[in-house]
This record gives sequence, structure tokens and C-alpha cells, in this order.
Amino acid sequence: MVPPETTAPTAGGADRDHRSTAEAVARVVAATWRIEAAKIIASLTRHVGDFGFAEDLAQEAVAEALSQWPEAGIPANPAGWLMTVAKRRAIDTWRRQERFAERIAALGEGLEDEQETAATALPWDPDAIDDDVLRLIFISCHPVLSREAQLALNLRVVGGLTSEEIARAFLLPVPTIQQRIVRAKKALAAAEVPFELPPANSWPGRITGVLAVLYLMFSEGHVATSGPDWMKPALSLDALRLTRITAGLLPREAEVHGLVALMALTAARFPARLGPDREPVLLADQDRTRWDRSLIRLGEASLTTALALRESRGTYTLQAEIAAVHARARTLADTDWERIAALYGDLELAAPSAITTLNRAIALAEAHGPEAGLEYIADRGVTAALPRFHHVPSVRGELLARAGRSAEAVAEFERAAALATNDREREVLLAKARRLQ
Amino acid sequence: MKYMLIMRAVDQAAVDAFEQADFNEVIAAMGRYNESMIEAGVLADGAGLTDASEGAVVDFSEDDPVVTDGPYGELRELFNGFWMVEVSSQEEAVEWAKRAPLGAGSQIEVRRVTGPDDFPQDNEWVQKEQEWIAEGRLAGN
Repeated sequence: MVPPETTAPTAGGADRDHRSTAEAVARVVAATWRIEAAKIIASLTRHVGDFGFAEDLAQEAVAEALSQWPEAGIPANPAGWLMTVAKRRAIDTWRRQERFAERIAALGEGLEDEQETAATALPWDPDAIDDDVLRLIFISCHPVLSREAQLALNLRVVGGLTSEEIARAFLLPVPTIQQRIVRAKKALAAAEVPFELPPANSWPGRITGVLAVLYLMFSEGHVATSGPDWMKPALSLDALRLTRITAGLLPREAEVHGLVALMALTAARFPARLGPDREPVLLADQDRTRWDRSLIRLGEASLTTALALRESRGTYTLQAEIAAVHARARTLADTDWERIAALYGDLELAAPSAITTLNRAIALAEAHGPEAGLEYIADRGVTAALPRFHHVPSVRGELLARAGRSAEAVAEFERAAALATNDREREVLLAKARRLQ
Repeated sequence: MKYMLIMRAVDQAAVDAFEQADFNEVIAAMGRYNESMIEAGVLADGAGLTDASEGAVVDFSEDDPVVTDGPYGELRELFNGFWMVEVSSQEEAVEWAKRAPLGAGSQIEVRRVTGPDDFPQDNEWVQKEQEWIAEGRLAGN
């Protein structure tokens, strides 16, 4: 829309020197770490044979980069530099312990040789690194860890976020995140979790666990459970990035692609989800021209991959299909509600849930009129299944109002208001009741 | 944040090196670079451009636009290709740019791509542009 600014070329060297302040270096270290963390920690774990120790070494190397790079300049091969420093730290630690020679041998190649080639060489084995990163994903989603620990550990070791960044994402103090990571590493050590891919028989369950962690990470950013900002899109976009990495490592797993599709199609709506006062804007009221088309394209492509890989669709793939129907509708009126109702029906079969039933009822009401939705809610006993959930009377109130049954609608909105836990929502529901009286 | 990494040849050395290089090796190096960005989940788009000698320039310095067939102008004006990356900071975009398999005489310019939020939302043309994108009216979509 605007002509590009013209920038006079600057002498690279002088400019670099000028910007070599500690703060600028810290940003470069953070950027490098985001790109390389998983590979560095994964290959360090392979070298030293202990995930917790490898993670400590990596963090020490990062700390050393932060103190040395402002003076010495940013090395040509930052990942190689970090690996070399981490390995030296490993040797220093082992010197103070027993079995020194044996452990040095385990580090493989001599450090001197490595330093000579360090300017250009990859500091890890390119043939083994994909498996190593996959091991890292599995270990940081290991079932011995709590969900909170899994989230923090993933963001830290796979996503390359600093403790400060993770703390900011979860609105928690930095020491809390640090403690969480320390405890997670202790739990993995205590359970003697090996750094290897899970055995074949536990593979499906472990993949389900990994995807659940990634989806929770995404959801936490999408509908923040805490804090003044109800959306933390950066966290969701990190979850999408980690899921894309996982999809690259598990290309034959349909549900990983389904999850990428679901995240991309949901994230595509983020620019339209915040109103001028940072208040939530519901799907029906969103300005669809603000949806991110490149994320929609990514979502559609991943959905195609997921559907081609498997005949029976998993729950992420089904939800992605629903999101794709919305993404394809240029206006709310263009929405193929029949298709959405059918997909929610499939989802009910794949993973029965009263909330899915409620969503199907809404789609049926859009496709066939409010009475169809009300009937479905009654037939499936949704009210009894979710007695404390204010959305049920709220949806019923909406459908009754549309069917012209005002008195019943008022009663439902008042019931919903009594169940709502959020003041703002309660206000909205009572206002709806008042308008009908 | 979306950034465009703009690849340029600014010195004859880059042109000579490219002409002498084994084409398969160049493709393989670029392929590995692109793959690393795909694996990291950051590559959004990219393309290379054919030789400038096949192109043309439309210059607006005079009253009427003047068209010159390539090759044209200074070497440093030659824009040879681009990548679009989705990253968290300019530093991260720069880190990816540094990894490109390019040699002496090449440059990458790192520029943030504007989004709807960079423009006044009440402007008629800004709104129209968003509608065109949403309606899939851009060629090739």
C-alpha cells in the first residue's frame, strides 16, 4: 500500500559494532536459541547420556554466550560455539567426579579437532538429529510429568524459550517456572526415563500424549485461563510451530497433521477475535476479511494430508474439518451448517461429549431452524449431562427466543445468568432476558 | 511476525561464483536450507527469479515511463529471489538469513511484511484490499 522506504546502505561493520550492546546480543542469543535449542539439547543428551544434565549444560552455555558475545562478538557458528562450551562444561563437571576417562570417551571425538572445524561444521550428526529431536519431544511429554511440567519443559527444550518468556506466557513468576523445570528433570531422573523412542506397543498412547500437550499449549494461548489478557497469541503460535516440527518428524501420523490443521485454522481467526477494546469477538460477529489467509492455506494443506493418511478420522482432524468449513464461508450466512452438523455427529461418535452434542444442536438449529436444535438438546439429555454449565441454558434461551417462545427464553437466560462465573457474561445474559420481557 | 528475506547479488563475484558452481550442488544447498526452515516450522513462502537479462525495467523518472529491457542498472539493484518466514522477532529473521548458502557478493535484506494492523482500518482501499484477499481474488490463490 505504501511505497517502500529507501534506506541508504550502511557500512556493515560499523553498524554491527554500534549495535553490539549487551541487550542486542541478548536478543540474538534468544533468536539463536529458539532455532537451535532442540538440536543442541538432543545431541548433548546423546553425548552425555543424561537429559537433565544436558539441559543444565545447555543453559550454562547460553549464560556464557550472554556474558562473552558482547565483548568477543557473535561467533560465525553460534550453535557450534554453544555445543563446544557445553561439552567443556561437561568435562569440568566430570573432572570433579569419578570414572573421568570412561566418560570423556563417551563424548566421542576430541574437543580439539572439533574446535578446528567449528567455524562451519554442524555440531551434531545430521543423520541422527531428527530421531534425537523426536526423543526430546517424547521425553518432555513423558507421562511421569504433570501437564504443567510437560508444557514448561516442551517450551523450554523443544521450543527454545527462556524461563522469562515461559513465565510471561503463563503470567507466573520466573522462579516458579524454573522450579517447575528443575522438578520435571528430577522426576524424569527418578523414574529413570531413558532417552529413546518409546517401544512399539506404547507408541500410539505416547503420541496421543504428545498431541494433548501441544493442544493444551495452543488452547492456553487461545483462551487464556488466567490473567487480564484473555488471548496470548504468541503462545498459540509457538504451539503451532512445535506441532509443525512434530509433524515433520512423524509424517505418517494423520492426527499430527490434523492438529496442525486445527491450530492453523483456529489461529487464522486471531486477528478478528479482539475488538477495539480488546474484548472477545464471537465467530458470528467477526470481520472475516481480517482472517489470516496464509494460515488458512496451511490449515487446508495439512487437513488434506491428514485425510489422505487415514480412513477413520481422529478427533483433531474432525475438529479441523469443522474449522475449515467456517474458514471457507465468506459470510456467516454462507456457512454450510448441514456439513458442520454432520461433522459434529462424527465427532460425537469418535469422542462422545455433551459439549459436542450441544455444538451439533447449534449447527442443526442453523441448518433446520431453532426447534430442531431444541429437540436435539432434549433428546440427548444435554441439560442433565451438564447441570453446572451455563452455556446449555444460554444456548436454549437463544433458540427459544428465535422460535418466538419469549417467556421460556427469559427463564433460560436467568438460569444461565445464575450459573455464569464471570461478571461480564452474567451481565450480557441478564440483558438478553430483560430485552425479551 | 512475517518477514521477507530478499536475496540480492551486489557484486560480480556472486554472479561469477554462481556461473561456475555445479548447478546440482546449488540446488541441493538451497534445498537443505529450505528444508531446515520447513522443519523448524517457519517457512511461509519463497521463490527465485529468472536472470535479470530476461526482465525489463519501467522507469518513472521522465514524464512518460521509460521501458528498458534487461540487463539493466547497477548490480546491487538485482533482486534474485525471496523467502517469507513467520518468526517471533527481527533477530530470529536475521538468524535465518545468516544461514542461507550464499557467498561473497551476495546480500540478504531482511524486511518486516506489513499486515492489516499497519494501516488505518477506516481507509476504503485498505478495507477493499482485505476483502480481495478474503474473497480469493488474487491471481494464483
